[in-house]
Amino acid sequence: MPERALRLNGPSLEIIERCDGNHTVQQIVAELQERYSKAEPRKVEEDILGYLARLHEQRALDFE
Amino acid sequence: MSTAIPNPLALVAEVTHRCPLHCVYCSNPLDLTKRENELPTAAWIRVLREAAELGVLQADFTGGEPLARPDLTELIRAARGAGLYASLITSGLPLDEKRLDELVGAGLDHFQLSFQGAHEQSGKEFSGMETHAQKLRVAEWVKARRIGLTLNFVIHRQNLGELEDMVRLTEEISPGRVEFAHVQYYGWAFQNRQRLLPTREQLNRSLEIIKKAEEGLRGRIRVEYVVPDYYARYPKACMGGWGRKVLLVKPDGSVLPCHAANVLPGMTFENVHVKSLREIWHQSDAFQKYRGEDWMPDLCRNCDRRSQDFGGCRCQAFLLAHDAGATDPVCSFSPQRAIVDGILAEANASPQAGPMPPPAGEWLYRANTR
Repeated sequence: MPERALRLNGPSLEIIERCDGNHTVQQIVAELQERYSKAEPRKVEEDILGYLARLHEQRALDFE
Repeated sequence: MSTAIPNPLALVAEVTHRCPLHCVYCSNPLDLTKRENELPTAAWIRVLREAAELGVLQADFTGGEPLARPDLTELIRAARGAGLYASLITSGLPLDEKRLDELVGAGLDHFQLSFQGAHEQSGKEFSGMETHAQKLRVAEWVKARRIGLTLNFVIHRQNLGELEDMVRLTEEISPGRVEFAHVQYYGWAFQNRQRLLPTREQLNRSLEIIKKAEEGLRGRIRVEYVVPDYYARYPKACMGGWGRKVLLVKPDGSVLPCHAANVLPGMTFENVHVKSLREIWHQSDAFQKYRGEDWMPDLCRNCDRRSQDFGGCRCQAFLLAHDAGATDPVCSFSPQRAIVDGILAEANASPQAGPMPPPAGEWLYRANTR
């Protein structure tokens, strides 16, 4: 990003990797729920949506 | 015990000092590099690659006016090829859509467009040229290409009256990001500082307007701002610390930790013609000089803030107190804070506290290079 960098690891990296213009939000959620199968699916969804919302607010990404 | 030297995160590629504008607050040094001494294309390509190998994540192409380099497209291609985020800091001229497409096609990620005022007239007053209509066109072209767009409004005593117009203009253009940057007093701006430094009242009013804009635009436009640190209690962590996050390569290939360090006496800056960026970053005397805490005056070395602001800006300590190793006089703990207070007193005593431009002949306009 201009004059900023995000340090990504673990889940944040996995989310960002899927923000490629080809994934819907639902697809990202579904893929990570499968990946983190031991975690509560609703928590995974909440975390992803929260993270995406924060990045959108900072104008690091857009939804189409 | 010395701590490990972190890798730099950003390379500022100051590719030329040539520029069609003559801004009265330009951060270029007073002695501008001549065209014949500029680093050639192949050298910049190598520098970009070395920067990436050193861990750099982003390349900021600036100047002067980077568009004045005919090889800019190649340089951006080289940045992208090296895996760097490529950002262009520009006035938006000279530029047409075809050239913009070439730059974007080569891998440009982000376009930062400067504004000298909210209107054609103020733009002309402070840059010496009519540029406003072109900038508006450029903003639309950039938005249509869907790369990042930042508008950068340079603000100071003489144009702060237009700040609300600048906010309105930002809303109309709707970039991803806007920066309201109070002038920093280096280079030409230091020469012109009596006319540029706002009154306390102007500064406070500007912060009100900017914070209101930030709230109103949250989620749509990211609003950032820089204040003139003469008004602060503590100094800025200039460049994130000397030789910690940024390296800057000048048009002639010399490597500096910031825009202004060439004013510091007794320093030799290594050149990319002769040494690799890695060697310069890790080993050069200039980069090592103000790293760590050994160089700090006792005041800083014993201060809890030393790992936050690193004692402030070395160039500012030199410009204001003629001692690059001193605590930045902006710091309220500095024994030389009175120098800054004196400058503020003058700025706030002047009856001409509003946005009244001085007679044009009194500005020190930035010269053209040959």
